[in-house]
Amino acid sequence: MKFYEGSSTIKFSWEQVAQGLWQRYPNPESSHVLSEDTVVRKIIGHQLHSKRILTKTNRMPKWGERLINARNVSIIEESIVDPEKKELCTYTRNVGLTKVMTCVEKVIYKPSPENPQWTVAERKAWIDSKIFGFGYAIQKFGIERYKKNIHKTTLGFTYALNRLFPVVDNYVETPNSHHLTLEERKQRLKEAARETAKRAKELAQEKAGPIYAACEGVKS
Amino acid sequence: MNSVGEECIELKQTYDSCFNKWFADKFLKGLAEEDKDCSNIFTAYQSCVKKALKSQNISLAEVEKDVLGTSEENQPPNSS
Repeated sequence: MKFYEGSSTIKFSWEQVAQGLWQRYPNPESSHVLSEDTVVRKIIGHQLHSKRILTKTNRMPKWGERLINARNVSIIEESIVDPEKKELCTYTRNVGLTKVMTCVEKVIYKPSPENPQWTVAERKAWIDSKIFGFGYAIQKFGIERYKKNIHKTTLGFTYALNRLFPVVDNYVETPNSHHLTLEERKQRLKEAARETAKRAKELAQEKAGPIYAACEGVKS
Repeated sequence: MNSVGEECIELKQTYDSCFNKWFADKFLKGLAEEDKDCSNIFTAYQSCVKKALKSQNISLAEVEKDVLGTSEENQPPNSS
């Protein structure tokens, strides 16, 4: 069993991230996500409990393709949104190909202690494979793929959040601005748009900066 | 975004729009009451998806199983 733990900051508010979770697909980093459906949704107390099923392509190295025929894998994402605590928790596991490898990920999103307008995503993942002879190699492949994908996941989610909540706070109406000529206003808007595009690009390029604490479990 | 069943796409889009609006305008503002309109669309959408899952041999029991918040949930390894 391989374990991973890390965290990253998303420069959007917790409320925006919670909305973005449901609307993150499709995005430029998610071509491997083929479908997304909500299968369960209920309110328990003040919390929203949901389950979604996703189909993803199962990208493997050549040696894996010799072992496994399936090109796609089904994944279940359970989630609990607590608007009082401002906590969103997702728990994702594959339901297909479990005999080959199990990949479980738990993410908790809450307002960042650094900045209440930002959100921190605390991630934990467990990769396991009990296949005779190949278990260790599969686990190693699994955890490396998972770590690489965190960056793509964050880029993709950030892209979706930028699309849903474009940053327009650079241009502020001051009491004097109504005295500006049309030309001057146009110039200010152009500058603001350039700033927005620049910020969007920076946000999209931001690395996750995870703190690694991968532990190698004892082979069973 | 596609649905697991092609025939469910329209229902999915209608439901998603309804839900996203309710989620932002009501749920996040503390009004945790189910929206009747969204619930009705959801019932039709769910029924379509369940049929599609069955036809693709995906186990409904496995899909609907609760793991998060139960003792089945994975825990971090002991720090010993």
